[in-house]
Amino acid sequence: MSSQSEKPRSFQEVILRLQAYWAGQGCAVMQPYDMEVGAGTFHPATTLRSLGPNPWAAAYAQPSRRPTDGRYGENPNRLQHYYQYQVLIKPSPPDLQELYLGSLKAIGIDAGLHDIRFVEDDWESPTLGAWGLGWEVWCDGMEVSQFTYFQQVGGHDCHPVSGELTYGLERLAMYVLGIDHVMDMPYNDPDAPQPLSYGDVFRQTEEEYSRFNFDVANTEVLLRHFEEAEAECAAILAQPDDDPKTGKRIVMAHPAYDQCIKASHIFNLLDARGVISPTERQAYIGRVRTLAKQCADAYLQTDAGGWQA
Amino acid sequence: MADLLIELFSEEIPARMQARAAQDLRQRMTDGLVEAGLTYSGAVAHHTPRRLALSVHDLPDQSPTRREERRGPRVDAPDKAIEGFLRGAGVTRDQLQERDDKKGRVYLAVIEHPGRPAADIVAEVLETVIRNFPWPKSMRWGAGSLKWVRPLHGIVCILTDDTGESRTVPLEIDGITAANTTRGHRFMSPGRITVSSFGDYAARLRAGKVMLDADERAAHIRQEAENRAFASGLELVDDPGLLAEVAGLVEWPVVLMGEIGSDFLDLPAEVLQTSMKEHQKFFSVRNPATGRIERFITVANIEAPDDGATILAGNQKVLSARLSDAKFFWENDLRIVRERGLEGMAEGLADVTFHRKLGSQADRVARIEALAREIAPLVGAKPDLAAEAARVAKADLQSEMVGEFPELQGVMGRYYAQAAGHDDGVPEACEEHYKPLGPGDAVPSAPVSVAVALADKIDTLTGFWAIDEKPTGSKDPYALRRAALGVIRLVLGNGLRFGEPLEWSFARILGMQVVGHLIGYKGQVLRERIGNLAERLDTVGFGEVGEKIEADILDRNLPSKLPPEERQELSETTTDKTFDLLAFFHDRLKVHLRDEGIRHDVIDACLAMEGSDDLTLLVKRARALSDFLKTDDGENLVQGFKRANNILTQAEENDGVEYSFGADPKFAESDEERALFAALKQADTAIQPAMGSEDFAAAMAAMAALRAPIDAFFEAVQVNADNNVVRRNRLNLLGQIRATCLAVADLTRIEG
Repeated sequence: MSSQSEKPRSFQEVILRLQAYWAGQGCAVMQPYDMEVGAGTFHPATTLRSLGPNPWAAAYAQPSRRPTDGRYGENPNRLQHYYQYQVLIKPSPPDLQELYLGSLKAIGIDAGLHDIRFVEDDWESPTLGAWGLGWEVWCDGMEVSQFTYFQQVGGHDCHPVSGELTYGLERLAMYVLGIDHVMDMPYNDPDAPQPLSYGDVFRQTEEEYSRFNFDVANTEVLLRHFEEAEAECAAILAQPDDDPKTGKRIVMAHPAYDQCIKASHIFNLLDARGVISPTERQAYIGRVRTLAKQCADAYLQTDAGGWQA
Repeated sequence: MADLLIELFSEEIPARMQARAAQDLRQRMTDGLVEAGLTYSGAVAHHTPRRLALSVHDLPDQSPTRREERRGPRVDAPDKAIEGFLRGAGVTRDQLQERDDKKGRVYLAVIEHPGRPAADIVAEVLETVIRNFPWPKSMRWGAGSLKWVRPLHGIVCILTDDTGESRTVPLEIDGITAANTTRGHRFMSPGRITVSSFGDYAARLRAGKVMLDADERAAHIRQEAENRAFASGLELVDDPGLLAEVAGLVEWPVVLMGEIGSDFLDLPAEVLQTSMKEHQKFFSVRNPATGRIERFITVANIEAPDDGATILAGNQKVLSARLSDAKFFWENDLRIVRERGLEGMAEGLADVTFHRKLGSQADRVARIEALAREIAPLVGAKPDLAAEAARVAKADLQSEMVGEFPELQGVMGRYYAQAAGHDDGVPEACEEHYKPLGPGDAVPSAPVSVAVALADKIDTLTGFWAIDEKPTGSKDPYALRRAALGVIRLVLGNGLRFGEPLEWSFARILGMQVVGHLIGYKGQVLRERIGNLAERLDTVGFGEVGEKIEADILDRNLPSKLPPEERQELSETTTDKTFDLLAFFHDRLKVHLRDEGIRHDVIDACLAMEGSDDLTLLVKRARALSDFLKTDDGENLVQGFKRANNILTQAEENDGVEYSFGADPKFAESDEERALFAALKQADTAIQPAMGSEDFAAAMAAMAALRAPIDAFFEAVQVNADNNVVRRNRLNLLGQIRATCLAVADLTRIEG
């Protein structure tokens, strides 16, 4: 374990240490959701699992997309595709702050040497119909995580309450590794036979997607896809609870929620293309929220969501 | 006697909520204790990011015994009724007393409520306070149902008696059991601390690296920060709001001073200051010789073994990233204004909605520009300069810097206007046209700034009046009260007189702007109705003020297109809204003058005079009248005037005529009557030129000379004389008094 007290040497080591740490705290280490999302919160392991009475504990890295943040790989801190590390524990344990500080220690941040602060930051996701209270965590003046106690998701009060931790992985790793430009950050071990930087892995895609997101993405197609996702979500949820083929009761909350995720990401793309006016913006957010609420309603009708006949 | 110590230990409480919460804890706890019969000699509350603490001194050991007398049924009442009473009162029949009552002889139960131990009461009150605490926003956590601002972890609740013996008050709320232990600093003193009294608590916390008193933390931060700055020949930029916030973010303040990278030192001081404050909660440190911001102060919550070197390095790095963004915005903005001018920067305003019914920001700018040009002569500005300033004053709203830091609007406008080569007061107007922002904010006096500031505010007010979005009660989402007060202060502060240099009065200016808004708003409807006229309106721009609009739109063009009833309606609506807005100005003016000690009836007396939309004249008159009424002569004159007016009004009602002609001294019978004639003549001679030169003080002084003759007249003379000629003459004399006085102010409105 002596190497664990040393500072990590690469981006992936930061992720691996977080995985090991949270696995050690009893979390199910999950894999990223296989869809485009704007933040780790969208993963059904967070949104849907934070609903209902059943306990839950999961941790995962989630690739996240924010088309408007694309900078063609040139900005030292901004990316249209980046990673969040997400932890969700329900009910929130009384020592969640200490557990969190333990995770910082695991990636080489010594709380005796650094200035770690919990600064008020209320979280709200208008698209998910969700809000919570908590903080942004500062390390030497830099925001390294979001720490939230979910109060409502999809319009439903959370009982019990989930504690959610979100780490912006690139920023956190850059700080731990002492790197100034994200593209210069070692992705794997710098002493590996093939040392790769973050830029080696992602510069190409940042360029391509920046161009695509800002100037090429076909807005007509996107608008149509948005409508289709919305309609499909409604159509899935309109199915009767009982499956005529198996005779089982199967409420399809997750497939419907996939359509909600899709609509949300398409909205982000449309936003990046600058074709959504401020007034329309509110309307689109409202439409995604309606989907999220309907999916939350449906999830509560499933076994995992605590439904009882 | 005992002292009470309470500590509510939680996860980090938002800085902005702490002070209020400590107050609420003290208030609610002491109120509850007193209500339950526990008096106390003093109570002090404290707050840190992780705890609210309360110390209450000299509580009695128990609440006093209370005797209650309960009246029962008559002694001869049926047994059933008496038994019911016994049950209710919890006494036996032999404990009952008898007493005579107006109903007859009745039973009386004397019930003793024994005092309760202080600990029981404290536990009860504290539970109620915790469960009903007025946090602005509270939350649940885990599987519990208790609500607190952030998860509540511990309750210290101990009573310490005179000998220093302490005991924990038994209390459990949602699984949290009150104890006599707490924790010190999160990182520097993580172990449990056992406490026995408030003094012991404060001392042990200090040893555990927690400074309990927020004022002490703030004073420490300020002192240390000033010392650091001074030692480098620099000075701290004072910021009380930031100081209070930062003191609420740390339990053990450690002040560190860092460098701002040399790349960033050329950024405007406001940019450095805002960026550091908003993003990093840093204080700015200035070079007193150059006025430049050269360093920053950050406040850490920990004494690090490397004396904060790591912390400072981290903070500096974050700051560099932030300032790189700011520098990027600054340079991009500068490039745009140098290449394409502020007009180029402002282009995007056409795509920004100001209000659905009032068009885009670009529409608004066009209206303000036209109005600023019109009113420029009023403030002694060149019309072209005022128009130029108005045209570019909102451009910085489209700058990247203001997009990032909205609070820098105006300030950036000034910098960018300079960079774009504007001069002659235009850059200053970009900054100052937002002013005055509040009652304490300075009023601009530079002519171009005043023209744009007035035009901006008048356009906003008339616009929202036109679309019926007036402030109601406490709701004023568009800050229209502030805008109206701003106009009032601009007019008064600069002694502006609309009627004189301009062709139009203040009311007329408002009216022209209102009609512009109405036509703009109704544009859609009009467009369909009147075809190409709508296009014409667009090209004219509905900000054009004055008869041009009236003639073009109301008289010449609309008649052929707009049905007469609609034309009539537009004209009436304009008038109604204009006068309603003017009344709003008058209300704000009353509030403004009330602070100066001028009574509302004094203002009413002046409002009733002609030209009351001339705010400067109005206030001049009101001030003079207010001063006048504070003198003996003034007050007595008003009484004399009222007496004359009452007699006159009654006589006029009875006789059905108005006594306003031809009082003639030759019908005067007594010396007092003749003296009043003479005094009136003399007063009129003095009042008329004084009024002509708006010297209200002189006019009122002349009026004051009437006091003695009027008093003497009423003393000696019977107005309603038997001789009708004499009576009529005297009534006409009173009519002359009335006319003379009313020329100065409507004294009938003065109360008392």
